[in-house]
Amino acid sequence: MAAETQMKVSDQVAVEINKMNKWFGAFHVLRDIDLTVYQGERIVIAGPSGSGKSTLIRCINALEEHQKGSITVDGTVLSNDIKNIDRIRSEVGMVFQHFNLFPHLTILENCTLAPIWVRKTPQKEAEDIAMHFLEKVKIPEQADKYPGQLSGGQQQRVAIARSLCMRPRIMLFDEPTSALDPEMISEVLDTMIELAEEGMTMLCVTHEMGFARKVANRVIFMDQGQIVEQNEPEEFFNNPQSERTKLFLSQILGH
Amino acid sequence: MSDNQISFVRTHMLPEAPPPVAATGVVKWLRENLFSSPANSLLTIVSLYVVIDIVISAAPWFLNGVWDSPSLSACRDILDGNVGGCFAVLSERWNQLLFGFKYPSELYWRPGLAFILLFVAGAPLLFFKLFPSKMLIFTGLYPFIAYWLIWGGSLLVPVFALLGVLLGAFVYKRTVSASAGMAVIAGFVAALIFWILSGFITAPMANVLAIEPVPSRDMGGFMINLMLGVVCVSLSVPFGIMLALGRQSSMPIIKWICVVFIEFIRGVPLITLLFVANVVLAYFLPPGTAFDLILRVIIMITMFASAYIAEVIRGGLAALPRGQYEAADSLGLDYAQAMQLIILPQALKISIPGIVNVAVGLFKDTTLVSVISMFDIVGMIRGPILASAEWNGVYWELFGFAALLFFVTCYGISQYSQWLERQLQTDHR
Repeated sequence: MAAETQMKVSDQVAVEINKMNKWFGAFHVLRDIDLTVYQGERIVIAGPSGSGKSTLIRCINALEEHQKGSITVDGTVLSNDIKNIDRIRSEVGMVFQHFNLFPHLTILENCTLAPIWVRKTPQKEAEDIAMHFLEKVKIPEQADKYPGQLSGGQQQRVAIARSLCMRPRIMLFDEPTSALDPEMISEVLDTMIELAEEGMTMLCVTHEMGFARKVANRVIFMDQGQIVEQNEPEEFFNNPQSERTKLFLSQILGH
Repeated sequence: MSDNQISFVRTHMLPEAPPPVAATGVVKWLRENLFSSPANSLLTIVSLYVVIDIVISAAPWFLNGVWDSPSLSACRDILDGNVGGCFAVLSERWNQLLFGFKYPSELYWRPGLAFILLFVAGAPLLFFKLFPSKMLIFTGLYPFIAYWLIWGGSLLVPVFALLGVLLGAFVYKRTVSASAGMAVIAGFVAALIFWILSGFITAPMANVLAIEPVPSRDMGGFMINLMLGVVCVSLSVPFGIMLALGRQSSMPIIKWICVVFIEFIRGVPLITLLFVANVVLAYFLPPGTAFDLILRVIIMITMFASAYIAEVIRGGLAALPRGQYEAADSLGLDYAQAMQLIILPQALKISIPGIVNVAVGLFKDTTLVSVISMFDIVGMIRGPILASAEWNGVYWELFGFAALLFFVTCYGISQYSQWLERQLQTDHR
């Protein structure tokens, strides 16, 4: 099992985070984060609320600005230069807890907007790409509806398709199933599993431990803005090392 | 069966059923809405009495109205002591009410044509789903055509004005990806420099392709109100957007310019700004510059309205969830694209009622120009018409007519905005 996962992962570095620190005002949210993500890796980030896990992945596409240390995405160092940031963002897809679809545009327009305006893809071609990915997330028939007409699970799948239309090299998931009804969680997770099987580099903040066991190469546990423990899922769940991790696992797996 | 049985299994699912058909009919409606209780019945009867009383007492004034008479005394002779309105003043002074008393009467067709073309230009903008978007090209050209028709003079003036706008837009497009705020300023400066330079070309060529010019001081009547209203509303919305975005800018200089502008303009009465436009501005301008009075008034009213609209739009921007900004950012859209495609369409939709509120208020406030001795419709009524020997003393008919014109326009704007809100509704609640 371990050897198999090891084989899929390449030596190519997708994200390199080096001694990264972030403050919200005086509050030290992220402290000395060191993390290397290889191309094709699936990383699940877990931890109690307020541990900085969402902030960490939001720093990777510069939705949050870090104050110290460095982040290198796909060979480009994140700087304050807005062009550099826009370029990195177009390579990194992000899926949000609350979907954040654009309510004034149809599903198809949601998916074609960025390819047309950022990648300058011709409209016809952008629509073909969009339909391809909408089929992949299994809702091509909703293309002409508005987000408000779709269920939460469908909206989240559209959000995934919208990110994929930019052909990102890395996908970030910020608690993608936390705002969903229980019945809809699995349809979103299925889509994410499919994506993982195709070799997408993924960083997922999630509380879905079943998903972590099934898909992740690596589970990272954070607390108080620091990486407390990281390991392969099997080891992480069966043989946690730190006391903090043990407590966390006993609480979320207790029922 | 025992009472405490809790086990239950549904054997078949219920099919969808229509709601019960409520009893309908006039009697039921009357009983529910007008006579639902003794107190309500009493109120209904009293209000009915008041309404009928008003109609009966006002009807003769309208029905006996005199539409054809050369003066108020002649009109009173015709009425012969009966109650009746002297509407003849409207037909007699119709052209003065609409165009003022100095606009050459043989040229009335020019503002008339401009008025008709206004609908052609406005239609694709206001009813964008019903008209082909190619018609927007005419909408873009319309301001220059309308200027030429109303003021006349050399065709070169509106053409150079248009070229200046195009140059500004070009400069903006080329610089926008670097910084949207700086691009706006650069576009303005480029257009302004072009206009100042082109003044040296158009001034000596005033007779090239010229039609008979009409100076601003010869304009008047409802035409002025309509011109000021249309121009100032359509200018103050884009300026308001820029001010609202500027107020949120991360660049402190732009932010503070916008904050100071908005707070200052909102703190000053419009009538004060109009006096400034009329009198004080002349002291600051180099002597001899003929800076048109109507242009000065347009600048002042636009500044005034855009400060208010900026605050309305700021409310719309604040109402959008942060996630919309983040989703736009995460897709790699730059600032101008995110604003144009994601943020403003939604923020403006939320702001429609507020913007319409300002627009309606602005349109009615255009009558304030009568105070700085411009002869708009109120200025015409209070000045040349009521001061004339023939019509001294006709108040109700004239001011009622002016009120009716404003009411029809403002009610139309209000109805349109409600229709537009329904058109833009996509949340299907």
